[in-house]
Amino acid sequence: MSVEVRIPTILRTFTGGAKAVHGSGTTLEQVLDDIEARNPGLKDRIVESEALRRFVNVYVNDEDVRFSGGLNAPTADGDVVVVLPAVAGG
Amino acid sequence: MYCLSRGIAPNVTGVLKIAREHVDAMIAHAREDHPDEACGVIVGPDGSDVPTRLVRMINADRSPTFFRFDPQEQFELYKVMSAAGEEIIVVYHSHTSTEAYPSRTDVALASEPQAHYVLVSTAESGASEGPISVRSYHIVDGVVTEEEIDLTE
Repeated sequence: MSVEVRIPTILRTFTGGAKAVHGSGTTLEQVLDDIEARNPGLKDRIVESEALRRFVNVYVNDEDVRFSGGLNAPTADGDVVVVLPAVAGG
Repeated sequence: MYCLSRGIAPNVTGVLKIAREHVDAMIAHAREDHPDEACGVIVGPDGSDVPTRLVRMINADRSPTFFRFDPQEQFELYKVMSAAGEEIIVVYHSHTSTEAYPSRTDVALASEPQAHYVLVSTAESGASEGPISVRSYHIVDGVVTEEEIDLTE
């Protein structure tokens, strides 16, 4: 049971420079909790007050999880999670 | 005619080497979208620091004071870059009523530490021909560092 999580450049300080890490779980939140155990501090940069941060986009396979359950979005063996910080400003 | 940041600030350190046609394309985009902010990227090979391909992005906020890439369009860009071994070398956007310097929001939300953040200000001449300023920065951990722009043909 393994889900690949692609890590953006700005968060690779939490993964020892790794571009991708692997976790297990049947929801996005479980996967994030699993990888947090080996990459402390990472989850806090993606999740805030038990929801996805406003300026972080997360995709499971090709789906933006904001439209598929957020942190409860289902994950399965072989899925690919992509974390992309929003490009935004004023 | 436009004004680049070459040597105008006392603490300019790094350098952005960029093709003149890319600068012209960013200016054209900024003028077209004025008074809303225009935004986009120039991507290039991973780790090269060479901007090669300019991609205009939709400003999902369609606003004169904010910009945000459309999340789906950004994901499509990610997939293309990922398959091609590319990364974002330049993130550009326009300011339409203020100077070409990162706003507090720009600094707070900057999330591409490897990128050059290029600001194009249309505040002086709007959508018309006229003075326009183009400046480049690195924004890392809330610290803004201006850099010189070195035009290549």
